[in-house]
Amino acid sequence: MTPYLKLDHVDKVFTRGKVSSEVLKDINLNLGKGDYVSIIGHSGCGKSTMLNIIAGLTRATIGGVILEGREVNSPGPDRAVVFQNHSLLPWLTVYQNVRLGVDKVFAKTKSRVERDEWTMHNLNLVQMTHAKDKRPSEISGGMKQRVGIARALAMEPKVLLLDEPFGALDALTRAHLQDSVMALHQKLGNTIVMITHDVDEAVLLSDRIVMMTNGPSATIGEVLDVPLERPRKRLELASNAVYLDCRKRVLEFLYERHKFVEAA
Amino acid sequence: MNMQVIKTEPATALAKPPVASVALAPKQVPNTDKYVKAAKDVAARVIPPLIVFALLMVFWELVCRRAGSTLPPPSKVYQDTKELIFDPFFDRGGIDKGLFWHLSASLQRVAFGYSLAAVVGIALGTLVGQSVWAMRGLDPIFQVLRTIPPLAWLPLALAAFRDGQPSAIFVIFITSIWPIIINTAVGIRNIPQDYRNVAAVVQLNPVEFFWKVMLPSAAPYIFTGLRIGIGLSWLAIIAAEMLIGGVGIGFFIWDAWNSSHISEIILSLFYVGIIGFVLDRLIAGLGKLVTHGTSVS
Repeated sequence: MTPYLKLDHVDKVFTRGKVSSEVLKDINLNLGKGDYVSIIGHSGCGKSTMLNIIAGLTRATIGGVILEGREVNSPGPDRAVVFQNHSLLPWLTVYQNVRLGVDKVFAKTKSRVERDEWTMHNLNLVQMTHAKDKRPSEISGGMKQRVGIARALAMEPKVLLLDEPFGALDALTRAHLQDSVMALHQKLGNTIVMITHDVDEAVLLSDRIVMMTNGPSATIGEVLDVPLERPRKRLELASNAVYLDCRKRVLEFLYERHKFVEAA
Repeated sequence: MNMQVIKTEPATALAKPPVASVALAPKQVPNTDKYVKAAKDVAARVIPPLIVFALLMVFWELVCRRAGSTLPPPSKVYQDTKELIFDPFFDRGGIDKGLFWHLSASLQRVAFGYSLAAVVGIALGTLVGQSVWAMRGLDPIFQVLRTIPPLAWLPLALAAFRDGQPSAIFVIFITSIWPIIINTAVGIRNIPQDYRNVAAVVQLNPVEFFWKVMLPSAAPYIFTGLRIGIGLSWLAIIAAEMLIGGVGIGFFIWDAWNSSHISEIILSLFYVGIIGFVLDRLIAGLGKLVTHGTSVS
């Protein structure tokens, strides 16, 4: 079976003047349709760079990204990104922020009324219709991230890219949003790639966890399958043997075999 | 529930007359309270400058009242310029017109030159902010040109246009364009990478990107430039008009000096100051309106 999304021998070298540093080396990853894959690693291991390469915001130095059999090397709505710091445009309302993407993606295929309905439908998915006329500065951090998710979902992406989406949120809000994302994944069956540095989050949400070695020249150290049934319940998993075992294996990888070394 | 309704009914019926009077009184008190508070706020802002103004007037009157004083005291200024103050609309042909006409002629020149500078300045600023090569090529030239004093351009403009009106407008344009270009360029350069990423993922084309992301994101910077620009253009017009002549507040002042009407000069300066202030506030207010909500992310 050919994979839905494939990272094929991706290397990334950043060159500034005469100094060049290899950030990623020989990254190979295959995703099936509907997979939820987390990428975890210490900071500076190039996981954000990897996401940017999939998104097309950064180009790979060697190798490439293949989505549904075609190479992608520029950004596009088929790989919508939920950014770490929400990145909503502050001069637009919640509705307009989502509508901006909808208007571009469905300019030819949907009428004005349909685009309006689609925008509201996606705001409804993240329970944000009540704040549709508010500006980003008037809503909380968790709400902003919900709108960011709605904006990405509304583009009907083939792959949804989450760049540490819950990193800037407090623990309670984070748990709440994780449940929301799980429910959405269950309902819509999106293919999702998520960057995270939170072990619990990775185990709870993903089908597979990609563990990165430390940079420079970071690469995929190990891929762990999380054989937990969906839908998953946070509380029940707390004492689940499979869950605890997965969690332990990720922790072992991160803190025993690939301890974070302060960059010299 | 029912019990309560029955219970309260006679109670309210009984207490009606006193309730009405009591209800009326507190209703009015907060209202008047509000007005009193607002009046106090206004007074706190208006009274101190008024007192200082009055003191300055008294000081000026005392200093310039003495025999042999070269400048007239305020009382004499008022007497000399009563006609100009109370009838700003007369028009006896030529340049013998009321102050309204002079001021409106100057404002029209500023409006033309400044609008042109705003459009061209924002466009050039966007180019310089967006393209590294445009910046490298144009920035040194801008940095030199912007130090040329406004009036130094006037002879060249007169030589090129052979007419006072377009020359004055050109001087306004060339004076006010530099802060607009420079501030716009800084604003464009400071657009967060996040917004560019969003635009890239959504695939906005360059025109959409300009209107939907660049302009709103750089708006606070652009309005800083516009505000400096309007102040400079009001400075430049007075000086330019003194040289080109015709109808306009600058030449009116120069003409008053030539005919030794010192009081008219003082009155004109008063108007020039007020209008400069209003123009500045106007652009600042417009900026506040347009950039509402953009600065907070």
